Amino acid sequence: MTDTATTTPRGKGPFGTFLKLLWADKFAFVAMLFLAVVIFCALFGPWLMGDAAGGLNLRGRNAPPFQFDLGWAMMLGADSLGRPLLPRVIIAAQNTMMVAAGAVLCSMIIGTCLGLVAGYSRGRLGQIIPRFADVIMSFPSLLLAVIVLYMLEPSVTNIIIVLAITRIPVYLRTARAEVLEIRERMFVQAATVMGASSTRIIFRHILPVILPTLITIATLDFAFVMLAESSLSFLGIGIQAPEITWGLMVSQGRAYLTNAWWLSFWPGLAIILTTLSLNLISNWLRIALDPAQRWRLEMGGRKNG
Amino acid sequence: MADHLLEVRNLSVEFHTAQGVVKAVEDVSWHLDRGETLAILGESGSGKSVSASAVMNLIDMPPGRIRQGKILLDGKDLLKMTDEERRRINGKRIAMVFQDPLAHLNPVYTVGWQIAEIMRVHGTPQADAHARALALLKRVGLPEPEAALNKYPHQFSGGQRQRLMIAMAVAMKPDILIADEPTTALDVTVQAEVLSLMQELQKETGMGILLITHDLGVVAEIADRVVVMNGGRVVETGQAAEVYTNPQHPYTKKLIGAAPGKGEMPVEGDRDGEPLLKVQSLQKSYGAFHALKGVTFTIMPGETVAVVGESGSGKSTLARALLRLEEPNGGKAIYRGRDLVTMAPKDLFKMRRDIQMVFQDPTQSLNPRMTVYQIIAEAWAIHPDILPKSQWRGRVSELLTKVGLHPEMAARYPHQFSGGQRQRIAIARALAMEPSLIICDEAVSALDVSIQAQVIQLLDGLRKEFDLSYLFIAHDLPVVRDFADRVIVMKAGRIVEEGPVRQVFDHPREEYTRALLAASLDPDPNVQAARRDARRNMETAVA
Repeated sequence: MTDTATTTPRGKGPFGTFLKLLWADKFAFVAMLFLAVVIFCALFGPWLMGDAAGGLNLRGRNAPPFQFDLGWAMMLGADSLGRPLLPRVIIAAQNTMMVAAGAVLCSMIIGTCLGLVAGYSRGRLGQIIPRFADVIMSFPSLLLAVIVLYMLEPSVTNIIIVLAITRIPVYLRTARAEVLEIRERMFVQAATVMGASSTRIIFRHILPVILPTLITIATLDFAFVMLAESSLSFLGIGIQAPEITWGLMVSQGRAYLTNAWWLSFWPGLAIILTTLSLNLISNWLRIALDPAQRWRLEMGGRKNG
Repeated sequence: MADHLLEVRNLSVEFHTAQGVVKAVEDVSWHLDRGETLAILGESGSGKSVSASAVMNLIDMPPGRIRQGKILLDGKDLLKMTDEERRRINGKRIAMVFQDPLAHLNPVYTVGWQIAEIMRVHGTPQADAHARALALLKRVGLPEPEAALNKYPHQFSGGQRQRLMIAMAVAMKPDILIADEPTTALDVTVQAEVLSLMQELQKETGMGILLITHDLGVVAEIADRVVVMNGGRVVETGQAAEVYTNPQHPYTKKLIGAAPGKGEMPVEGDRDGEPLLKVQSLQKSYGAFHALKGVTFTIMPGETVAVVGESGSGKSTLARALLRLEEPNGGKAIYRGRDLVTMAPKDLFKMRRDIQMVFQDPTQSLNPRMTVYQIIAEAWAIHPDILPKSQWRGRVSELLTKVGLHPEMAARYPHQFSGGQRQRIAIARALAMEPSLIICDEAVSALDVSIQAQVIQLLDGLRKEFDLSYLFIAHDLPVVRDFADRVIVMKAGRIVEEGPVRQVFDHPREEYTRALLAASLDPDPNVQAARRDARRNMETAVA
């Protein structure tokens, strides 16, 4: 007898279960807190600190961090124009998150849908869609972005579109490969025998199985997109000057890396911590979403084994 | 005390898992002598493989731990030896044959290379190893041994691969051969050949064979003594015939009682009227390979028709073609006056309600990410006209009760159930559609013998209650015997024999059916011994 009846979460509704599962994985819990802070900064940062971040202070050019006599804003130092770094990192969160989240979400949704169709249809679509991905992949993504942004106006929306297009093949190919395998599984055939429509099979039976893989890729991609955006900004066709992103801050600080490391360090740290948090959460999500693995989290809370 | 060749004394092995410590085997003792065959009989989860794994040093530690006990080879304790010493014993003195030979042969090397490798690692020179590999392939009876040396594992059939594994195992002339379910994946006729090969080799070399199996028939065919295990403990041990005819422990009695093929065969009643399903010269080919070469039969309402055949006979293709999981190339399948083969998608959707399928492996046929409730209720989500949503919950409870599960289990996920319970869920799912025909594709083959009997009993009860018909596909003849009304024997895409159960089992007309019946192993060692003699006499008569 498999006596794991206790695994069924009871009481407190879905939100309570969610919190309990999150608490069971302490790393994921901390990561979630950090992300909440980042999202808060992204939403309210410019509104709270817009003025502080824009103010020049030429006496404080490249001021090193942890000098408390210059005020709290200068706590993390200041950039080459004497603008305080802490507020800048905070307000940069908005653009960074918008570009990264926008690009990742768009490419994930489009890529996954195309991949599902390509994997499931046995007809011509299944042949054409992967070729479309090959076309995108055979083109260096940065070059594609340069060309498109050169022709279009460099704006947040356009950057999102360009980055999304270049990242579509990742999801498309992964989704397609997984669908090809899962399509042949017995439970999909069982659903066919019951008369389930293709839509139902794809979204009810196949998608939940491949979603964890795709989410993991998406979190890794998040960092890639942030850096790609900074490369574009570095080339002058990304985010334009008074606007700011973490990636742009990193590349602007590169010139001063030898004498003022903090210029690149703080935004770089923000990128790393955000990516790391996302990664930890995706890892947690993979376990929490899998009924066969969920006991690991439920066990953890009970100090057992 | 005289030393046995191999002796396991009071062995206890436990595994540390997240759910706490699991005692895999507890205080297990057995011994094996030269020239003897000892069978460890048990169902899945009984711990029958664990002690053999301990002998071969195959237990991963951690999470495994040998808590107590000794494993004595010629009186020396293996557990006190270093890994290096044990490696020298493994393969040379103790060799092992596994259940799935394809998984245990390396696909990128030729089989000749792999057999020679075993001898090379134990210090045989290259040239000798090669010559000996050739001799071994001849000995295990592979056709064209010279050519076979340079072939890759995928170029052999399942039975041939098992012969290869045996050749590898006996390459170093071991004293002990451990065979873990060596014939479970093989067809009955091939199974008999492989077992007799093992016996011949035993006679030549005098090695001791330790056979791990769940199959009473295999025990009857080959074992001298038997150790019956249940829940990690040895419940009974003794001479094979003795244990079978006079079981002491209640578990052994239950196990022997559950063996299929001993009950009364059903008497065929008169079934007049319109057949439920009429299949006419159904064909299916994959390229040049014809999987179904014109199959014709009928199923009457309320009837159970069994389709029996070895792998590659086309029996599964038949099921899949009837359900249009594969598109048939020709022929007709008239179901209640309408042809399934040419049916339009819209009508096919309605037909799905009427014909359901229960798959072989319930682990794979249930979506792991859906609860039991979702799995069963999906039928009504797809066909909303069966049941209004407000009644779903009640009906799921009802169906679960019908298949012998607790209604509270609806909130659980498939992995929280045992194999037999999962198959019950799959049956409940099929019943949710309120079908009139259920196609069971090897529905009980993956289950333990005692569970098998329960599931068949369940199916039989449901047939009467819901007035169902079954098309029951199996490779195992005894399973079908107690359950089916009529039997269809298939070979290479054709029906070779068809008739009421009694007729097919008692008076088979075709040579092939007789061969199948003769090859399927009877759980009674005495019956099996008589059959063995008969076979031998036949062979000498031919020679």
